[in-house]
Amino acid sequence: MSPKNGNTDLQYIFKIFRFDPDQDREPRYDTFHKQLPYGTTVLEALLNIQETDDDSLAFRFSCRSAVCGSCGMLVNGTPVLACRTQLAKLIGSQVLVEPLPNMEIIKDLVVNMTPFWESYRRIEPWLHTNGDNPPKQERLQSPAQEKKLDPYINCILCACCYGACPVLGFDEEYLGPAAIAKLFRFMTDSRDQRGLKFLEKVDRRTGVWNCRTIFRCIDACPKDIRPTDTILALKRKLTLYRFKKFFRLI
Amino acid sequence: MLKHDVLVIGAGLAGLRAAVGTSTRYDTAVLSKVHPVRSHSIAAQGGMNAALANVEGSKDDTPEKHTFDTVKGSDYLADQPAARKMCEQAPLLVYELEHWGCPWSRLENGKIAQRPFGGAGYPRCCYSSDRTGHVMLHTLYERAVELGVNVYEEWLALSLAIDNGRIHGVIAMEMATGRLEMFAAKTVVIATGGYGRLFARSSNALINTGSGIALAYEAGLPIEDMEFVQFHPTTLYGTNILMTEGARGEGGYLVNNRGERFMQKYAPSVMELAPRDIVSRSIQIEINEGRGFNHEYVHLDLRHLGAQKIIERLPGIRDITIDFAGIDPIHDPIPIQPGQHYSMGGIATDVTGATNVKGLYSAGECACVSVHGANRLGGNSLLDTTVFGKLVAEAIPQYLGSGAGEPNTKIIEAALKREQELIAGILSRTHGTETVGTILSEMKETMFNQCGIFRDRKTLEKCFGKIKELKERYKNVAIQNSSSQRYNPGLMNTLELRGMLELAEIIVAGAIPREESRGSHSRTDFPVRDDQNWLKHTMAVYAADGPAFSYTDVEITDYEPKERKY
Repeated sequence: MSPKNGNTDLQYIFKIFRFDPDQDREPRYDTFHKQLPYGTTVLEALLNIQETDDDSLAFRFSCRSAVCGSCGMLVNGTPVLACRTQLAKLIGSQVLVEPLPNMEIIKDLVVNMTPFWESYRRIEPWLHTNGDNPPKQERLQSPAQEKKLDPYINCILCACCYGACPVLGFDEEYLGPAAIAKLFRFMTDSRDQRGLKFLEKVDRRTGVWNCRTIFRCIDACPKDIRPTDTILALKRKLTLYRFKKFFRLI
Repeated sequence: MLKHDVLVIGAGLAGLRAAVGTSTRYDTAVLSKVHPVRSHSIAAQGGMNAALANVEGSKDDTPEKHTFDTVKGSDYLADQPAARKMCEQAPLLVYELEHWGCPWSRLENGKIAQRPFGGAGYPRCCYSSDRTGHVMLHTLYERAVELGVNVYEEWLALSLAIDNGRIHGVIAMEMATGRLEMFAAKTVVIATGGYGRLFARSSNALINTGSGIALAYEAGLPIEDMEFVQFHPTTLYGTNILMTEGARGEGGYLVNNRGERFMQKYAPSVMELAPRDIVSRSIQIEINEGRGFNHEYVHLDLRHLGAQKIIERLPGIRDITIDFAGIDPIHDPIPIQPGQHYSMGGIATDVTGATNVKGLYSAGECACVSVHGANRLGGNSLLDTTVFGKLVAEAIPQYLGSGAGEPNTKIIEAALKREQELIAGILSRTHGTETVGTILSEMKETMFNQCGIFRDRKTLEKCFGKIKELKERYKNVAIQNSSSQRYNPGLMNTLELRGMLELAEIIVAGAIPREESRGSHSRTDFPVRDDQNWLKHTMAVYAADGPAFSYTDVEITDYEPKERKY
């Protein structure tokens, strides 16, 4: 942790997943022994290895402050943001670093996130309006209405939940936690006019119904978003919607 | 060869706003070295200035007053018609983002909330707790998805194909494969952000290498006012992650090791809410004179705000201090020090974002209109990105409608050949004596220590010599592993480092002759502003042996320069 308080350097053994589909027939794990100061994060360690040991080691990063969502990966088997994971808080001195599961490898720790973004697009992630011209100024929204969005607008689309979800391991058509939480964010917005009918688009196995409430996404989320809660809420909304539709109440 | 009417390089707020604007009428594509939501705009915390006059205490605020604050904040180096244009557009952009779904924080009456910010006469900073850049970028990305804007994700732009004063296209590398590709484009928008990573202590994302400015410079465009580098007063000690000005806007104190609110001495009327250049210098003086902690930092104290206000208004700051410093601002003061934050300078443009090359535009931090002059006010950069992104999108149809010709493929092919040769040269150096890492870290330390908050001729000349030396040594850089071009960070870092060294040279070489102190450019050997000789913009143009400088007049239309006091 910073401020660095003069603690002596610590010894770590990094085992890092390596795979270049252009050159390698199968993945391997490279080992790096590093002496690093107290307060070093996993991302800083990877940058250090890239700079001094192997400049071909590929991983994503940008903000290094846990807001951009670039550096989701598995550290000792757990999906985390590398930039906010302190080495000193890991158990033991061995650090296993692997790419997020449920996506193809582009190289080393860089995965192909296309399926994640396709799911995101499927829920039409923009504010739906009825096409009327907006007012000249802002539409009004009470602080209470706005605060309802707070837990969900904090999502940084890092895909840690997507990598953690066991359902996505066998059903790649499933929307996944982040996209459903995003849909919930819009359906919770007092300004969004997509209406309950929109739920028909996710009323299928590959929509909301395939969630088995294993809660891995909640554990994995670095922003405390609790996607499972939003999935359960949308399932309840859908049940009510089907009921009302069946009895022609809507 | 790929073809588009409009090719935007960079997918932060400025780039996305430009693309959203042109995509309904023209074949538009965005090319970015990271996915759009990973852009550095995401990290903006405090807010966006607009004279909405929504809150008590701002009822008589106007764009006119916002313009004056911006010009005064710029130490009178901003071009006043440009600053006026930005401030007049500000409310429209805030409303537009609201209409597209941006979750602005609200007042009890349902209108958009505003908070006080440095150097502003009224509370006019619109915000969404302390994650304003995050919600704005997500909103604009959502809009881009809705409109089906084509994005080339993880492509690194390498050079511009320009001939006879006109843009023809861009050469870029697909990072996932290492393949070079030609893009033919009638218009190109450079919106690649700042160059914070030239400096050892920077609040910026690690991707902020200033690559777009370097592309323009290497293509012969004039680069304006690069010696003006903003140092943010409050970056977290150790990592230099931004601690928003909003923390002071909400009432936070700056305190030295004697427990004094030292801003009393430097800006008695506005205290912690003086403009950033003044607060940064004040903090550095306290540290230099032994009133800091461990000769490194002072305290940003929020404890008196109470847990509820901190949790509601500054939750992101709290997350960061807990994750990265192991302290909770509800119970402990935050250790902070100034760090590089923003580039006032950049690619010279007019008020529509047009450069002096036909069809080539620039917007956001990489551009210099100039609206920020020698010092940008907090809350004006999110504003700058969206306003000038929009104005570029409005200027492009005029240009395309007035008979912009088809791109000349021969010019683009020639540009591709040059890049291929350059890369082959790098890959062929298997036994270089230098590494990217050593040159980069020496450059960063040199720039921060010798071309930083306080400057003088002797130190600047030392800095200049060091940058020249590093440019020479760069020629011997070899990458360690060149067997595969697929997502090869060694190759990409080597390509970007060249441009970073060019920018470092422009900054320091421009700082040496400017013998005055204005805004962020603070010369201990020339401590006074000199309007007689230096009320002018610096223009740097590429030459083989280093930048050639010329100077242009500042547009002063409404406010005569006065002594700047707070």
